[in-house]
Amino acid sequence: MVDHAAKLADRAWSRYDRKEQLTRYAVYLITLMAVVWAVRDIDIFWPWVWDAPNQIQSLGARMWPPEFGQWNAIFSAMLETVHIATLSTMLTIFIALPVSYIAAQNTTPNKVTLWIGRFILVSSRSVNTIIWALLFVAIFGPGVLAGILAVMFRSVGFIGKLMGEAIEEIDRRPVEAMEATGASKFKVVLYAIVPQVMPAFFAIIILRWDINIRESTVLGLVGAGGIGVLLQGSIDLFAWQTVATILLAIVVLVILGEALTSVLRKKVI
Amino acid sequence: MLEITNLVKRYGQNDPVLKGLNLKVEGSSVVSIVGASGAGKSTLLRCINRLVEPTSGSIKLNGHELVNLRGSELRHSRRRIGMVFQGFNLIDRLTVMENVLSGRLGYVSFFQALTRRFPQSDIDRAFSLMERVGIAHYADKRADQLSGGERQRVAVVRALMQEPQILLADEPTASLDPKTSQQIMGLLQSLASEMSLPVLINIHNVTQARMYTDRIVGMRHGQMIFDGEPKDFNQDALDAIYGGIESPEEDGGDPEQQASPAPEATA
Repeated sequence: MVDHAAKLADRAWSRYDRKEQLTRYAVYLITLMAVVWAVRDIDIFWPWVWDAPNQIQSLGARMWPPEFGQWNAIFSAMLETVHIATLSTMLTIFIALPVSYIAAQNTTPNKVTLWIGRFILVSSRSVNTIIWALLFVAIFGPGVLAGILAVMFRSVGFIGKLMGEAIEEIDRRPVEAMEATGASKFKVVLYAIVPQVMPAFFAIIILRWDINIRESTVLGLVGAGGIGVLLQGSIDLFAWQTVATILLAIVVLVILGEALTSVLRKKVI
Repeated sequence: MLEITNLVKRYGQNDPVLKGLNLKVEGSSVVSIVGASGAGKSTLLRCINRLVEPTSGSIKLNGHELVNLRGSELRHSRRRIGMVFQGFNLIDRLTVMENVLSGRLGYVSFFQALTRRFPQSDIDRAFSLMERVGIAHYADKRADQLSGGERQRVAVVRALMQEPQILLADEPTASLDPKTSQQIMGLLQSLASEMSLPVLINIHNVTQARMYTDRIVGMRHGQMIFDGEPKDFNQDALDAIYGGIESPEEDGGDPEQQASPAPEATA
């Protein structure tokens, strides 16, 4: 009987043992410390935070009613924004497709090209569009060209990476069949790989175009063309009613882009 | 004429899958290759059109050595070797006609392939072959809309479009229902005699091998252990090839030995 009771007492159960429990508390403590440290270090000027509701109210009052006097300039700037997105997406395709071909494990010619491809993709993706834009404004001067190049350089990584993954996921059997007919490498790609990645290709391009429209709206803040130039100018002049109109126009454009891309997506897939 | 001498294939450091295989196929005979999974049937077929690199040995097609060919020489030789696969290996999103014409990829230029502007003679050949196997009315349908038997017919026509000197079929009926697979076997048999084309068929179904082929080659552990006419293919031969139920001690050791190369051989 005594033995039995002792056995039962031994059966106490806890999800974590002592060491695991301590580790968990340590992780909680470190997280808490990181938050406290960050909040203290970024030095928030609290009076401004408490004042925010007033500021919002006053900014809203200054923005109302939106001023449509400049609609002509706004409209053409919006068009420019769309052109930047469209042109850069189109041009990106020519760079991103070869890069995705060498960055996909099953099509790349050798190890060196695989790493070159991956390096291009990673370096493109790790730099934000706005940073690329700053760079290209410095090189080519302010304007649409810098904007197009900036969006392109960021899109290469996005499209290239996703296309590379699409290539890696293809069914290998048609490839084998095309090789067996005596087709050259490029013809094998054309018949066995291209048809298989076509749906992914269209989906990726449409998605990126959608993203690029939104990215193009802020390019102007660093002088790289589009609606952002007008927005920055109006903010500088405290023309808040015009700013309101521009913000509205951007919202309308993004919604239109969203609607168009969802229709296109349904059509091609 | 296909002449295979002392063919060896070894994957990595494993035991060889093919151990010095000799095989001679003459004229327009239909030869079936039977054997358990992992016996090396797929590897043998794939060595002929070099989808698999033979380790050593010689494969001659009409006196022309195929082993050690490189680049464009290899592609030119592959044009003369048609192949039909177990999974059909069609390009699903392309039309039946595009799939059929892809058999001509070794002959046309890249630009012709890109723009789908194949020579009229190719298109005529495609239509007459499709009519022969009964799929001409599907020409503009997408390949993935067809049934299994129809898809295999497309694959057969694609292989024949190459104007091959030999046709290889790697378990062409294994993905089909019994009735359709008989039709495909019958088709391969009659096409072989119509076009005086030698055909090599890997097959699991011994009954069909007996019915539709002129000669049966039995393989076991990478070696040929039977070669003869269907009428000589008796129970003893069957037991020898598939291990038989009567020899349990052999069964115990062998599957393990064959297990490792098997997935690679069929991949």
